[in-house]
Amino acid sequence: MRSVIDISELTTGEIDELIATANDIIANPERYSEKCRGKKLATLFFEPSTRTRLSFEAAMYELGGNVLGFSEAQSSSASKGESVADTARVVSCYADIIAMRHPKEGAPLVAARNASIPVINAGDGGHSHPTQTLADLLTIYREKGGFENLTVGFCGDLKFGRTVHSLISALIRYKGVKFVLISPAELKLPGYVKDKLDKAGIEYRETDSLENSIADLDILYMTRVQKERFFNEEDYLRLKDTYILTPEKMALAGAGLRVLHPLPRVNEISVAVDSDSRACYFKQVLYGKYMRMALILKLLGVK
Amino acid sequence: MNIDSIKNGIVIDHITAGKAMEIYRLLGLDALDCSVALIKNVASRKTGKKDIIKIDSDFDVDTDILGYIDPFVTVNVIKDGKIAEKKTIELPSELTNVLKCKNPRCITSVEQELPHIFKLTDRENRIYRCIYCETRAK
Repeated sequence: MRSVIDISELTTGEIDELIATANDIIANPERYSEKCRGKKLATLFFEPSTRTRLSFEAAMYELGGNVLGFSEAQSSSASKGESVADTARVVSCYADIIAMRHPKEGAPLVAARNASIPVINAGDGGHSHPTQTLADLLTIYREKGGFENLTVGFCGDLKFGRTVHSLISALIRYKGVKFVLISPAELKLPGYVKDKLDKAGIEYRETDSLENSIADLDILYMTRVQKERFFNEEDYLRLKDTYILTPEKMALAGAGLRVLHPLPRVNEISVAVDSDSRACYFKQVLYGKYMRMALILKLLGVK
Repeated sequence: MNIDSIKNGIVIDHITAGKAMEIYRLLGLDALDCSVALIKNVASRKTGKKDIIKIDSDFDVDTDILGYIDPFVTVNVIKDGKIAEKKTIELPSELTNVLKCKNPRCITSVEQELPHIFKLTDRENRIYRCIYCETRAK
């Protein structure tokens, strides 16, 4: 049974295929409205994430399928001490596919090893979030026409930002991609992700200045400093306002820049930037739904 | 110092000096009833000194554990006082319940029943990572 736990499990060919399906859904939504009639998606959300859950649910409804599940651990058997493995086995009896969000890293892999239906990782702690990456990839593809030779800047929390790690893993497979890693010293990209960059022979530089690097970028991927990733509130408060994208900073960037953000945003992008045509983060949300539709179709084997 | 040769059993030879105790512990040799000799700092022509473990019974040695701790050891299976088989040791591609993941955010930190599984992700540098959270084994 095929599951998707990490973006690196999808080949570039499969990503091309998903992008092609998503583009076809965007062009011809009526052709897909009955594709999953009679199928059920279980959304198992052990930590709250309204937008990812709603995106999965909207995706399944737009394919004509149904949705069941829970949106926090308290309302599931996990609160009674049930293991992830048992939950996966039980839910396999009720649904055709699972989307799982869990605060602990690797929980969706545990589910996939025990479920008899496909499991999609909808985010596991600070580790991986492949469907966000699919949303990011479709956004970049539609805005830039492809991935080769792009200079991509990541800004903010590069240490705990799983969306950053996943997107980097996906992009290092394309020719000529360069990265600019913009973060405070405490939130730098972890060693294991840098190992991947070195192994792939990717050119990258680390900096703490957004102003000095924004002019070089084709894509600026902003992230939120996430309170829930810190054990210590003091560190969070000290680091949360390090980078705020404002119209003044946008004035330093080229016309071809596109700004992405996995959302939710707190204050790291000023609302004054929203009306800038280079801001793509709300389109990205919509594209995320289409890529989740494409992925559900692929994993259910629906043509 | 003399230790008798064994008739039927296992000799783990060419252990990097100082690593015999770790191998003894991880192979669970303390649970054996038979004679076990752990010899430290034996003179070695190749490496100066080495450790040796002799087990006086037909014990099924976990070569994955040996490969992880010390891939340069040799394992000789002794039958009727002669070497019947020499086992080659390789760096194992996967280790189950040999290492523990220490990442407090890993699912294994809250679910005690889960096997701790590590995969070899970089053979050249002997790097293992937890299959669940990708944290590097230390």
